Amino acid sequence: MPLTDSLRDDILASVPSLRAFAISLSGNGDRADDLVQETLLRALANIDSFQPGSNLAAWLFTILRNLFRSDYRKRRREVEDADGSYAKTLKTQPAQNAHLEFEEFRAALEKLPQDQREALILVGASGFSYEDAAAICGCAVGTIKSRVNRARSKLSALLYVDGAEDFGPDETVRAVIGGSGG
Amino acid sequence: MKDIKSQASKNAAPGKQGGLNAEIQSRIGHQLRAMYDDVVRQGVPDRFAELIRKLDVPEPDPQLGVEGGGPANKNDGRD
Repeated sequence: MPLTDSLRDDILASVPSLRAFAISLSGNGDRADDLVQETLLRALANIDSFQPGSNLAAWLFTILRNLFRSDYRKRRREVEDADGSYAKTLKTQPAQNAHLEFEEFRAALEKLPQDQREALILVGASGFSYEDAAAICGCAVGTIKSRVNRARSKLSALLYVDGAEDFGPDETVRAVIGGSGG
Repeated sequence: MKDIKSQASKNAAPGKQGGLNAEIQSRIGHQLRAMYDDVVRQGVPDRFAELIRKLDVPEPDPQLGVEGGGPANKNDGRD
């Protein structure tokens, strides 16, 4: 369809969530914005192939995701962001405690396999249906569900099972049972 | 983004994964959305508002990242 004013407005309105998706995927604010820019250019250049009435956000997310994946293969080793430059992209710096927890969460997210991370973000943060997420990732709905479940299990293992002290009494019990810990 | 947001409630039911602690799942969901929404709340950076506006007129020059000295039109907080 042609680039009408209303379509342009809709694309613009998708930019905030495209950025959030890009940053969640890449863990790097600068790179994420480049990704969004490339996505917008790609979308506008191919606007004729957008079906009026279909889900514009899903279409844009698909473009971004495909760009990221082709880029990701090339730049896999540059993705590391251990010093938390992600946090610097945020407008409001969280308080120290929250900040640590936040960084921990982000680091755990980075440890997920790419497939699982994107599925979790699309469904759990972007709010896409499993069906839309499957269309964006080009896979079956069941595959998305299983990726999301595995992502959740893994995050929970990374964040909360190792750090069992979060749950107080259990830690003591574990230490007693385990014995060898000291 | 309204349509995306309205779908969110449908998928947001946390803590129903087999065997996983519901409280942990809800914490994960909360942190995930907090991280995401923090970026969403930043709105549309000028860079992208400019980019999309410029495509109004057919431009022969595809160098879109270049600063054109246009007026800074704040579009933050559209959502």
